[in-house]
Amino acid sequence: MSQTLDPRAAAHVSEVAVSVELQTPGMTINLGPQHPSTHGVLRLVAELDGERVVNVEPVIGYMHRGYEKLSEVRTYPQITALVNRIDWVSGFANEIPLMVAVERLMEIEVPARAQAIRLILTELARISNHLVFLSSYPLELGASTPLMHALREREHVLELIEGVTGGRFHPNFNRIGGVKPAAGGGSTQKKLAQDLPQGFLSETAAAMDRMLAICDDMDTLVTGNEIFQARTKGVAVVPPDLALAYGVSGPNLRASGVAFDLREHEDYLPYDKYEFDVVTGENGDCFDRYQVRLEEVRQAARIVSQAIADVPSGPLQAKVPRVIKVPKGETYVRAENPKGEMGYYIVSDGGRIPYRLKIRSASFSNLSILPWALKGLLVPDIIALLGSLDFVLGDVDR
Amino acid sequence: MIPLVAVEINFYLLLVLKILAITGVMLGGSLPIIFGELKISAHMQSRVGPYYAGGRWGWAQPMADGLKFFQKEDLVPAAADRQVYKLAPYLLMVSTLAVFVIIPFSPDLIAADLDLGIFFALAISSLSTLGVLMAGWSSGNKYSLIGGLRAAAQIIAYELPLVLAVIGVVIQAGTLSMVGIVEAQIDMGVPFLIGGQAVAFVIFFIASLAELNRTPFDLPIAESELVMGYLTEYSGFRFTTFFLAEYAGVVAISAIASTLFLGGYGFWGLDSALFGPFVLAAKVGILAFLMIWIRWTWPRMREDQLQTLAWKWLIPISLANIMVTAIFKVVF
Repeated sequence: MSQTLDPRAAAHVSEVAVSVELQTPGMTINLGPQHPSTHGVLRLVAELDGERVVNVEPVIGYMHRGYEKLSEVRTYPQITALVNRIDWVSGFANEIPLMVAVERLMEIEVPARAQAIRLILTELARISNHLVFLSSYPLELGASTPLMHALREREHVLELIEGVTGGRFHPNFNRIGGVKPAAGGGSTQKKLAQDLPQGFLSETAAAMDRMLAICDDMDTLVTGNEIFQARTKGVAVVPPDLALAYGVSGPNLRASGVAFDLREHEDYLPYDKYEFDVVTGENGDCFDRYQVRLEEVRQAARIVSQAIADVPSGPLQAKVPRVIKVPKGETYVRAENPKGEMGYYIVSDGGRIPYRLKIRSASFSNLSILPWALKGLLVPDIIALLGSLDFVLGDVDR
Repeated sequence: MIPLVAVEINFYLLLVLKILAITGVMLGGSLPIIFGELKISAHMQSRVGPYYAGGRWGWAQPMADGLKFFQKEDLVPAAADRQVYKLAPYLLMVSTLAVFVIIPFSPDLIAADLDLGIFFALAISSLSTLGVLMAGWSSGNKYSLIGGLRAAAQIIAYELPLVLAVIGVVIQAGTLSMVGIVEAQIDMGVPFLIGGQAVAFVIFFIASLAELNRTPFDLPIAESELVMGYLTEYSGFRFTTFFLAEYAGVVAISAIASTLFLGGYGFWGLDSALFGPFVLAAKVGILAFLMIWIRWTWPRMREDQLQTLAWKWLIPISLANIMVTAIFKVVF
């Protein structure tokens, strides 16, 4: 038999035999759905060659709660309670685009005071969300102390939110045409003194100072750390064109160097009255994604400080009909949520419940970059990338 | 070698006594350090830490934790290699315990003052690799396997700078015996940390952190990546053994480092025979605090960075250190 083979084929056969002998099959490992670093129930089916990722397939859907469908059998005011729980780390911010969408369809003018309160609370939600990121990210890289420090400061923000709305995570505070009036009252001028709790403004000012202080603390504790930089700089670089192609938004997009912030481009809240910088990164690596969020805490504190200096007086709610019926039509409102662009597409057939409510959540699109971005990384880098994308599974699956 | 009492003691009785004493030292050393870690980390993180167990300061928390683990079921995964899985924690424990044999608490208070003292310690502590690798391999869990292999790669890489750092000390002291090394420092008047081996001390300390799998080298049990690495499947008593071995390792390595670099039981103006054990304990406490401090401050390195640090930095520097020490030894 061997005589019939030409030398090249024979060499090939022997090579195959050797490589069969020496083959080191890759390992397929399930990261999640129960795993310390997958922020809930994300599952990554990763094919590893040693510690290097050959291929990875994210599996989502473990957290699907059917909010879009549930919304179709609820009246508009009832939906607020649902959308709070989409991205539970920044519950308040989820309500805003929905309210604005309904108000636009109903052509309601929201009073300036309600707008200002919405804006303050949205920025507080942004701070609290980013503090969760700043606490959990070093933990995922192995440093456990920043977790406690950042969460301790977040408590001050949550107390502020609780003071106004009564809820720490799920305020359910927005009403169509404004915000929830003080207990026991309608939208009358008499109750005005009670809408923000006493001392709220001064406490907020003090809390904002604390936020700036914790940002400086994080700078000295984490940002400057050699090991932290070695673990994050140049890791999982997402180029700007790719980020745009995948629909990445929010801090993740800005970290790639695209200065796109819906607070500037949309007018869902009166951001044009306040000064703030759109923070961008340079390289689009994990370190930039961390740095952008750290800087955004400072910017959010800056916005809040400006906003509390001049809260307009006036009613908290516009005049709205007792039974809310949205005129026939459709609209899409998007907002700059802490995790990225969040949008609600409402189709109304003129009734009390939406005909269709499509939710565009930031984390879903941000996560879609995983199979591309994870290829060729090491196992520890998977965690570094996952953490730096700052997603919650509730926001992915809805 | 211990003239505990003037009368001659039966060999086997002495053996049992020594074994009990070493186990006691191991426990007496580890429990305070576990407690210290609980409390110190709590204070670093604006927490209170253990508060109730035992009354004041929650001092009994480590014991309570240990008792809790005793009550838990000792699970063996169906896919595990049963015998290897069951043996692994003890192998690790034995390798850590054996190191205590050569630690001198005072000129006479030492279980065995071997001529090869430090060599014995380094050799026997390498056995811990085997325990970790066995645990990772036999668990039948992919996370455990990765953790075990990481540990093996790490310990092999850091064993070298550890040994090379010690060689500098051995050259300067002119002996491998632990008591001899301490006496050399007492004769010189300053510990080796000041007296010429500062670089070696830093290298030894870094390498020992890696040896103990502590932050920033805790890759084998990297919780956010590998769940608990090679410890993932362990529970109950066997987990306690691993846990205790880790802290006993902290005590052992700190004691060796104190002996080699900080003057061991000796301190200016204190009688070694009388105060030796307390002086050593204080030095061990300082080093252990340093380890705890680092653990709760720094993030974790990556495998390739860890190997780079060992092969490209620590080993060349420690080789240079040996050369410089040797030149000084010959010239002066």
